[in-house]
Amino acid sequence: MSDLIRKDASELAGLVSSGEVSAVEVAQAHLDRIAAVDGTVHAFLHVDTKGALASAAAVDAKVKAGEKLSVLAGVPLGLKDILATNGLPTTCGSKVLAGWIPPYDATVVTKLREAGIVILGKTNMDEFAMGSSTEHSAFGPTHNPWDLERIPGGSGGGSSACVSAFEAPLAIGTDTGGSIRQPAAVTGSVGVKPTYGGVSRYGLVALASSLDQAGPCARNVLDTALLHSLIAGYDPMDSTSINSPVPDVISAAKRGDIKGMKVGVVKELGGEGYQAGVRSRFEESVALIESLGAEVVEVSCPSFPAALAAYYLILPSEASSNLAKFDGIRFGNRVGDDGTKSVEQVMSETRAAGFGPEVIRRIILGTYALSAGYYDAYYGQAQKVRTLIKQDFDAAFAKVDVLISPTAPTTAFKIGEKLDDPLAMYLNDVATIPVNMAGLPGMSLPIGLAPEDNLPVGLQIIAPAMADDRLYNVGAAIERELLAKWGGPILGLAPELAGA
Amino acid sequence: MSAISQEDVAHLANLARINIPSSELGHYAKQLDAILNAVAEVSSLDTSNVAAMSHPVPMTNVFREDIPGISLTAEQALSGAPAVEDERFRVPRILDEE
Repeated sequence: MSDLIRKDASELAGLVSSGEVSAVEVAQAHLDRIAAVDGTVHAFLHVDTKGALASAAAVDAKVKAGEKLSVLAGVPLGLKDILATNGLPTTCGSKVLAGWIPPYDATVVTKLREAGIVILGKTNMDEFAMGSSTEHSAFGPTHNPWDLERIPGGSGGGSSACVSAFEAPLAIGTDTGGSIRQPAAVTGSVGVKPTYGGVSRYGLVALASSLDQAGPCARNVLDTALLHSLIAGYDPMDSTSINSPVPDVISAAKRGDIKGMKVGVVKELGGEGYQAGVRSRFEESVALIESLGAEVVEVSCPSFPAALAAYYLILPSEASSNLAKFDGIRFGNRVGDDGTKSVEQVMSETRAAGFGPEVIRRIILGTYALSAGYYDAYYGQAQKVRTLIKQDFDAAFAKVDVLISPTAPTTAFKIGEKLDDPLAMYLNDVATIPVNMAGLPGMSLPIGLAPEDNLPVGLQIIAPAMADDRLYNVGAAIERELLAKWGGPILGLAPELAGA
Repeated sequence: MSAISQEDVAHLANLARINIPSSELGHYAKQLDAILNAVAEVSSLDTSNVAAMSHPVPMTNVFREDIPGISLTAEQALSGAPAVEDERFRVPRILDEE
């Protein structure tokens, strides 16, 4: 196997722009890796060999012509299958969209293409991003490269797995309640959910519009920052896009200096319910942060224990409305249209055949929460709790520069373990959900392996809105120390995959 | 007391246009009941003087200039449709036969 697959994205971009290695060679090395290991990992739903090699060749032509390239030109990437790609299937992990080929690109995709990023294919996910394990994909689960019997997180398990299995140095995920950060945590990779409105949602198939945000996944902090800077920025096609300058995440990732910073440990996100090895790695990180000259204080956010409940009312409510369009009329599959049935019957059969059980549960739950008689007690009350969560964050950020917690309460669990127990599944996102509720940026950074199971543990870093650069500054400072301690990237400790 | 019955699930599924087989209603009712009991925790906080928040970024009336741009052709817009006739979406009957 080519050693190109283990190189960082920034290193690959340097090799390509200097002409030392062609972008086609880089793309081919990753396509070979996918061919060798994706039969067992199943990170990809579609691999676009032809398109990847063509866009790599276009980058090589620019290198030859001496044209100026973007910071990541020629670097391969896995794209979560929830972003519309012109000419490439986009299924959202659902049978209802199997075979659908969008006639347009999401803004994120347009930006990637313009930057010369080589899109290798579309990555697996829980159906319509509903889940924390990628087991709810209609096309079968993705397997965690650290232990193939375990989940790679979700909903963006394909994106985290392709990065940690060295199938791609970069990936795009989307995060509604933790779907970038929790997969990063359980696969030993880095993932960032940018500030809500920081990255365009145009062409991102909506789950919960007030919570969804696309963001970067990579194997280190600098690569994540480079990708973040490429996809971020104002987009008039997204009316919730923030029209202000993108935080300088690249400089922050290169700086990594936290001397004099104030870091808050969120009291409510830890302790009981968190695995012992997650807690011990987290405590070591706190000590490390202090040793780097930052002041660590405990911060209380008293409304956070109700965040999960509020989220599981707000999300299904928004989702039940957003998913109404999947009715087999304008796109996707249509079931039962034999010429005798009414449009309502055909829609009902199409949706029953097209949606998996988790999607059906959440649509029914949202329909219930929004019904007359229940609206105030459920959806209305959840929106008020959302205000309290935001007030907790505002009060915390009046005292500290960033907040930290474990990203997920446990390491990767076994495939099948929580599949038919929705409440147990929902608890995976208990620490990541408050961040989405308030629209803040958050990062998950690998901080070691839990001693009891040798599986990766993630540290969550949270910053105020549009202060995404702080995530990268803190992340880079911690990463530098950990790399020195480990003698190399944590993914070097993952077992070699069969077929490679 | 259970918050949601099989009949409720059948009614909600009909509102949401999902044809759930009657054999599965009991399973969904049980799971949804457990979820509803858990999310009832939203009532544990005192919100008597708290305003509801629908969105993390307060914005109102976001407009853009009304400038003609490139949009999808009819052919592109219909390219993913399950059924097409005369450059239009072909749909199942929407009215009962007279």
